[in-house]
Amino acid sequence: MNNTILITVEHLSRHYGPIQAVSSVDFELKRGEVLGFLGPNGAGKSTTMQMITGNLAPSAGKVSICGIDLLDDPKTAKAEIGYLPEQPPLYRDFTVDEYLNFCARINRIARDKISAAVDQAKQRCGLTEVSRRLIANLSKGFQQRVGIAQAIIHSPAIVVLDEPTVGLDPIQIREIRSLIRELSSEHGVILSTHILPEVQMTCDRVQIINKGQLVFSDNIKNLDQRMRATTLLLELRNPPAPDVLAKLPGVNQCEPLDDNRFRLHHTSDHNPAEAVAERAVNDGWGLLELHAERKTLEQVFVEITSSDKSHSSEEEQAA
Amino acid sequence: MMILTLVQREIRSLFYSPLAWAILGVTQLILAYLFLAQLQEYIRLQPQLKMMATAPGITDVVILPIYSSAAFIMMMVVPMLTMRLVSDERRNKTLALLFSAPISMTEIIIGKFLGVVAFMLIMVAMMTLMPLSLIGAASLDFGLLMSVIIGLILMIATFISVGLYMSTLTVQPTVAAVSSFGILLLLWIVDWAGSKVVDENASGALTYLSMLRHFEPFGKGIFNTSDLIYYLLFIITFLVLSIRRLDADRLQG
Repeated sequence: MNNTILITVEHLSRHYGPIQAVSSVDFELKRGEVLGFLGPNGAGKSTTMQMITGNLAPSAGKVSICGIDLLDDPKTAKAEIGYLPEQPPLYRDFTVDEYLNFCARINRIARDKISAAVDQAKQRCGLTEVSRRLIANLSKGFQQRVGIAQAIIHSPAIVVLDEPTVGLDPIQIREIRSLIRELSSEHGVILSTHILPEVQMTCDRVQIINKGQLVFSDNIKNLDQRMRATTLLLELRNPPAPDVLAKLPGVNQCEPLDDNRFRLHHTSDHNPAEAVAERAVNDGWGLLELHAERKTLEQVFVEITSSDKSHSSEEEQAA
Repeated sequence: MMILTLVQREIRSLFYSPLAWAILGVTQLILAYLFLAQLQEYIRLQPQLKMMATAPGITDVVILPIYSSAAFIMMMVVPMLTMRLVSDERRNKTLALLFSAPISMTEIIIGKFLGVVAFMLIMVAMMTLMPLSLIGAASLDFGLLMSVIIGLILMIATFISVGLYMSTLTVQPTVAAVSSFGILLLLWIVDWAGSKVVDENASGALTYLSMLRHFEPFGKGIFNTSDLIYYLLFIITFLVLSIRRLDADRLQG
């Protein structure tokens, strides 16, 4: 897919009275990309999304959608955005068809193309069988899908989804994820979530936001790199003394887990796995398991968000 | 075009709730009762009216009181229709749908305003069927009827603009209803105090503010531009305030 930049955010800030919800966030989104927004509760994910979609005016900063400034020409810019807020904006006493028809109209779809657009959105979100039912009577999962259908009905350049898989069953979650992947082929997608595996599965790029600041922004490959931990898990039938293990080249520390199991901490540039296996064979330790441990995304997430926290508390003390 | 879509949605929403039907039914019932009572009165007065040289016609005796009462009833009915316009959407978080669509705040507000106006036009049309039912039996003064209908519609549109503004101020529909009813009632009776003020200039200002004072000429068949301007000013003021208040949602969050 071509790499046109769909959205540019520069120094975006927002405060509610004295509370700084988002401070000076910059990022870009290219066509064909799924950008994951991660962050603890109250980190400013939703606020940022509301500002991108024109639901909230930024206190400072600039948002351009396909080169159009959102504040200068909101109508043109908003036509390129589809937004699913945290709580889907549904008219509960409408049927799915009526609701989507209305959404198609307010998004300025030409009159003769409305029914085709509605059909396509329903089909993509698996709503065809419920099209004549009242939204109020649909289950939470289906309501969520109606919300997504509403966001993509006018095939906007950018689809912004705020926690799209909340309240869905595992099968629906998988469907929604594949839908998001499918959308990313023609649109740029911004997705916020606090379900970490979801980010790994669906996103190309991840941004972690904490206390209103962007603390991490990289593609998923580099995040993978970061998740590669510097520990080996080792299980031996006839283990030597832990001291022996600790003295192996590249091993910094040996942490016994039980009689036969050890965790070896090593430096990041030198992986001792090969040496450990060799010694184990030569000295008859009886190698049962040798496993490079990986940090979970959770751990990385906690690392990033908490290191930022200690950093800011230092600053406070300095002040 | 866009406003039309919003108007349609507003009417649809109104008719999907039982409230709109209940209001239509109850109002019609009350007005029909008043109409019959007034007609009875006219028949009772018939002998005396015959003696008078310039006797008031059936339009004056039967129809005008109906429209005056209707204006008062609408003052109570309109807040119930307007209370949910914005507050309900704000509470259900559906405003995001309109805010992220390529529509301006002005279009949203005007769409909502005209939606309720359209609904009230149905109500006015229904109540107008009653005087029209007399066509075969008596000669009606259509000029006068037209004038009082225009007056009533202007008055209702003013009520709606006030109710709409109140609805943009809160998330609680009932609060919106109570406060708009309060304002409307105050504007209705504001000249009562005016008549007791000794200073003539001050009482003039209060009398000018009173909605009732500007409705009365229409009942006499007088279509005065100054009354028209009074209502239009009122409507525009409250619509502009509503647009600004809705925009503040975006600014203050």
